[in-house]
Amino acid sequence: MQALTIIAAVNDALMTEMQNDKNIVTFGEDVGVEGGVFRATVNLQKKFGERRCFDSPLAENAIVGTALGMAMGGLRPVVEIQFSGFVYPAFNQIITHVSRMRNRTRGALTAPMVIRMPYSGGIRALELHSESMEALFGHIPGIKVVIPSTPYDTKGLLISAIRDEDPVIFMEPKRLYRAFKQEVPEQAYTIPIGRAGIVQQGSQLTLISYGSQMKEAKEATALLHKDGISAELIDLRTIYPYDKATILESVKKTGRLLVVHEGPQSFGVAAEIIAMTSKDAFEYLEAPPTRLTGADTIFPLPSAEHHYMIHTDQIVKTARQIVRYQP
Amino acid sequence: MFENFDPRDGKRLQLLDENGNLNSEVKDLPLLTDIQVLQAYKTMIITREADEWAVSLNRQGRMPTYPPVKGQEANSIGSLMAVNNDDWFVQAFRELGGLLVRGVPLSMHYLYFLGNEMGSHYEPKKYHVLPISVPISSQLPHAVGLAYAELYKKTNKITLVFNGDGGTSVGDFHESLNFAGVWKAPVIFYVQNNQYAISVPRHHQTASTTIAEKAFGYGFTGVQVDGNDIFAVHAASRIAADHARKGGGPTLIEGFTYRLGAHTTADDPTRYREDEEVKEWKKKDPIIRLEKYVLNKKLITEKQIEKLKKEAKKQAHAAFEEADSFQKESLENTFRYTFKNMPPILEEQLRQRRELERGVN
Ligand SMILES: Cc1ncc(C[n+]2csc(CCOP(=O)(O)OP(=O)(O)O)c2C)c(N)n1
Repeated sequence: MQALTIIAAVNDALMTEMQNDKNIVTFGEDVGVEGGVFRATVNLQKKFGERRCFDSPLAENAIVGTALGMAMGGLRPVVEIQFSGFVYPAFNQIITHVSRMRNRTRGALTAPMVIRMPYSGGIRALELHSESMEALFGHIPGIKVVIPSTPYDTKGLLISAIRDEDPVIFMEPKRLYRAFKQEVPEQAYTIPIGRAGIVQQGSQLTLISYGSQMKEAKEATALLHKDGISAELIDLRTIYPYDKATILESVKKTGRLLVVHEGPQSFGVAAEIIAMTSKDAFEYLEAPPTRLTGADTIFPLPSAEHHYMIHTDQIVKTARQIVRYQP
Repeated sequence: MFENFDPRDGKRLQLLDENGNLNSEVKDLPLLTDIQVLQAYKTMIITREADEWAVSLNRQGRMPTYPPVKGQEANSIGSLMAVNNDDWFVQAFRELGGLLVRGVPLSMHYLYFLGNEMGSHYEPKKYHVLPISVPISSQLPHAVGLAYAELYKKTNKITLVFNGDGGTSVGDFHESLNFAGVWKAPVIFYVQNNQYAISVPRHHQTASTTIAEKAFGYGFTGVQVDGNDIFAVHAASRIAADHARKGGGPTLIEGFTYRLGAHTTADDPTRYREDEEVKEWKKKDPIIRLEKYVLNKKLITEKQIEKLKKEAKKQAHAAFEEADSFQKESLENTFRYTFKNMPPILEEQLRQRRELERGVN
């Protein structure tokens, strides 16, 4: 065992898998010599050489497009998009090819590849360095979208993503990159994509969150328990295909649901989960399923960033209202 | 490479002129053997017949929108004949002749345009062909990635990729040339400059004199060839292929050609080009000049040609009937290939669809 941060776990997962499978290559902007601006790929070039870990020219669309070519040519590319706010040029490749090559060719060609990118706010960054736009990806048929929130899950989920036969968007909560350490096994292990994690058992309220927002969600859960409110905390971990069974089981038990995420509200991940539970757990619900999310606004520059973010006390307050709800 | 044919000096490589005469002065260029010439000619004939049949089927209401290839056949046929069968062939959508060189059944091409995904189910190990790419030029990065993969695996395989003159305005074109140059990727970028992107003429796409010259800005060589001259297309492609295989990196070939038909069966070209222009280009038809050549050289007789065309027609008709009677795609298949394993959410949506289609009360 080793105590690792999330960013170190990303690096460890890549190290472990590249050791296991010589078809894995990783590239992107500053990924080679520098080891990535967050150091996710540090030492990989030293260890595996320039053919397996390298800097690419600065063009997100071609990074993803060439990665798809490599995947069709038998490699397993893991590409880094330096910040999720710069993935938009690559949307053409992601939507028009990466997500649909298996379907288009009826399985003759596939896209086993991972597109990694740091996302989330709260780090006092420049414009376009703070957004949480996972819902955009969740809406694209044919790709999986994964967001870990702990070092242990990061390694296990990233290894699953690399081994997956389909393309995976792997969004890393950069606010938590170095927030805390956790014991992480040195060998390879996997955490299944499509399976949520129950972080804390509870009976009165289901609190669902993921990624960077899990920090506040955990703090809120602890405060609520101290208050005598038994909240069940679920870490969604996979945005698509999300773990419907775990969500439903929990909501049917607690009768109350609060979904918390940083990304904008309308047409977001919470909207999907609430629409689903409102139908499939309708007769179990004791209060309106509720979401606490980022607003439908442009993410502010640092001086007003705190107005955008969801804070622990806000989660606690909202949870209390749900538990006290009387029809 | 191509020192005597620098597009920046206004040079264009031509070996076979409009009258079917082979330029005997050009030395040191790989020429098609007589057997290859006949093979190329036959493939051009079947491509032309198959293409015209598709257009005619569209008029009969038996074929949805179809993009004709007529007039451009020499480009993909000549270049595909210059590479190996296990080199990657990345299509745009006007490379029917190239597909036939590869041995892809004509019925698959029809099946695709009939609107069935099974028409893109080329077994990659058998054909090394990527499916038709509808978003213009977005296939170019895939070619560079494939080339990188083969370089990585040290297989000595190269990649031949196509797009059109309109496609040279797309970012993917520039990014792909740039990446390929930096990576010294073994790729041939073949641009079929057929003078129009639907209605937009070439000079509205780029201010540069030729498309070929753009390659030099990315650190490699570009050459313009007469795209209606199969000897020139083949020679340039062959040289570019050898160069790539030897580790020399990419080459850009601009095939200077013309689309004799409409952009697609939904297009009316009289809105944007003069009949006079079309007439002039008809004289440069790649089939007419190759026909003159094979007859002059007595590689074939008039009678054999007649028979060949008749057979090609029959072949096209049979291929279409085969495609037309192919099983329609099922509801299950529209779900099945989204992922390798269908996730529960999708399984549930499939169940719902099935029930809705069954008509539950
Ligand atoms: C990205 C994109 N934009 C627009 C279209 C619609 N479209 C289809 S073909 C075409 C023109 C393409 O011209 P060119 O690249 O010269 O190829 P050609 O059709 O002449 O073979 C256009 C605009 C498309 N398929 N993809």
